[in-house]
Amino acid sequence: MTAALSARIRKQHRGPVGAFVLDLSVDLAPGFTIVFGPSGAGKSTLLDCIAGLERPDAGRIAAGSETLFDSAAAVNLPAQKRRIAYVFQTLALFPHLTVEENTGYGLPGLSTEERRARVAEILESFGVADLQSRKPGEISGGERQRVALARSLVTSPRLLLLDEPFSALDADLKAELFDDLRAWNATRQLPILCVTHSRDEVDALGEHMIVLDHGRIVAEGFPRDVLRAPRRKRLAVAAGFENLLQATVLDLRESDGVMRVALKDCSVELEVPLAHALPGQSIQLAIRAGDILLATEQPGGLSARNVLPGKIAALDETGAVVRVVVDCGVRFLVHITPGAVRKLGLQTGQPVWLVVKTHSCHFVAD
Amino acid sequence: MNLAPLFLSLRLAAIVSLLLVAVSLPLAAWLAFGRWRGRFLLEAVFALPLVLPPTVLGFYLLLALGPRSPLGALWQALFGHGLAFSFEGLVFASLLYSLPFAVQPLVSAFRGVDPKLLSASFVLGASPLRTFRRVVLPLSYSGLVTALVLSFAHTLGEFGVVLMVGGNLPGVTRTVSIAIYDSVQAFDYGEANRLALTLLGISFAALSVIYAVNRRVWSPWSSR
Repeated sequence: MTAALSARIRKQHRGPVGAFVLDLSVDLAPGFTIVFGPSGAGKSTLLDCIAGLERPDAGRIAAGSETLFDSAAAVNLPAQKRRIAYVFQTLALFPHLTVEENTGYGLPGLSTEERRARVAEILESFGVADLQSRKPGEISGGERQRVALARSLVTSPRLLLLDEPFSALDADLKAELFDDLRAWNATRQLPILCVTHSRDEVDALGEHMIVLDHGRIVAEGFPRDVLRAPRRKRLAVAAGFENLLQATVLDLRESDGVMRVALKDCSVELEVPLAHALPGQSIQLAIRAGDILLATEQPGGLSARNVLPGKIAALDETGAVVRVVVDCGVRFLVHITPGAVRKLGLQTGQPVWLVVKTHSCHFVAD
Repeated sequence: MNLAPLFLSLRLAAIVSLLLVAVSLPLAAWLAFGRWRGRFLLEAVFALPLVLPPTVLGFYLLLALGPRSPLGALWQALFGHGLAFSFEGLVFASLLYSLPFAVQPLVSAFRGVDPKLLSASFVLGASPLRTFRRVVLPLSYSGLVTALVLSFAHTLGEFGVVLMVGGNLPGVTRTVSIAIYDSVQAFDYGEANRLALTLLGISFAALSVIYAVNRRVWSPWSSR
């Protein structure tokens, strides 16, 4: 099957965090593709190039058999002819037009009745039909996001680009909106390219993802696979690996598939998966805060190889997860539930043990 | 009070401000959104009437409108009378003289429109012209009002250019500012005072409209 949209793009980019060259090639299939990466990675530039708002220095963008951009053949279809829907982070609803006029903006060729019908239908699909005569300034943030989606999709685009338009929504509203978008797309099978740097959105949408850093694709695949073992430090931070540790390799135990490392500036040793490394080499480890177990007594009879004694240095109970900082010579961040804090009676200064599975330790490069 | 000069001035100002806004819309759009590198030169040209003495502008306009200039000759051939020392000549001169007062507020209003709204319009399939009509123009409403009122008020009060180009023909080119000057020359201070006070009142009312409509659009006092 040919891809719904394929793009090879090269573009010199000067962003707020420095200059780099966007240089990549993507093929989009129907359904969600997530573009993930730290801010300044080139995500928005990629979308702008595909939409026709920015002109790549070189490359080719094609939708099926139609060429949208080709530097070699000097083809550059303007944005208004590409039939690519694009919802910006700021949504960019027209403040002087009502919800109905905003939604009908992309349908100038239709008769008034037909336009009304199409607009009413799509607003119904996204649950905002009762807001037709309001202006964007008079509706809530979540409603604005739904209207912006409806306005883009009513034009029957060939592709939908989403540039973090839902970042301001709370998790429940976001899940509802994604459900509605999924339901709308179930029969249409539109390719949707969605930029995010939020783990929630990746988990909610995840079908396929590409990871961008400094303008290049550094990982690609199913979100679970890609994010379970990030290979770069910047990605690890973005993917929610809260513990980044410097370590030195002590010895390799090839028959067990493991090696021992000593954490920098302390006496803590960890058993981690075997990697291409030599004793004495410096490596960097990433461990997710949610992958660490916390015990109030020294545990025994465990399959996990790493049991570290330490003391609770801080407890932050402000969110849905409690963030516990444990000092074991180096400080680990551990996420546990508020219920666990109550049941274990955790307090600052209390001695605890941390349990880390060998395969929860990932290597990352800078 | 002889009201003829006042009505002549009001007629001139109304015609000029309406024509000016029509001419300035594409000009200001070009200045605001164009990406031409030499744009600063044009910006300087359009701002020239702000700094030139009216006599300099009037002198060159007189030459440009005279019967030996292409424009003057063409006008003579089409309408049977010259442009200089005529009401039409005054309209031409005032258009140039008041141009910056229409262009500047429009440019700053256009530049104030969120560029993301323009992008949104483009990706929804709208041409630049439709984007201008449906998005830029409605959101520049206060700039439009300012341009209209400012060019009206500025034309109403012009003196030097009118004197150079129009002369002082009662009912044709004798505007209120010239009538005031004449009255003073004739030691008729009462008439001068009545006309001057009327002009003062109209100008104050016009500026009040601008500041009531919007405080952010271009004005001599804008600091934000």
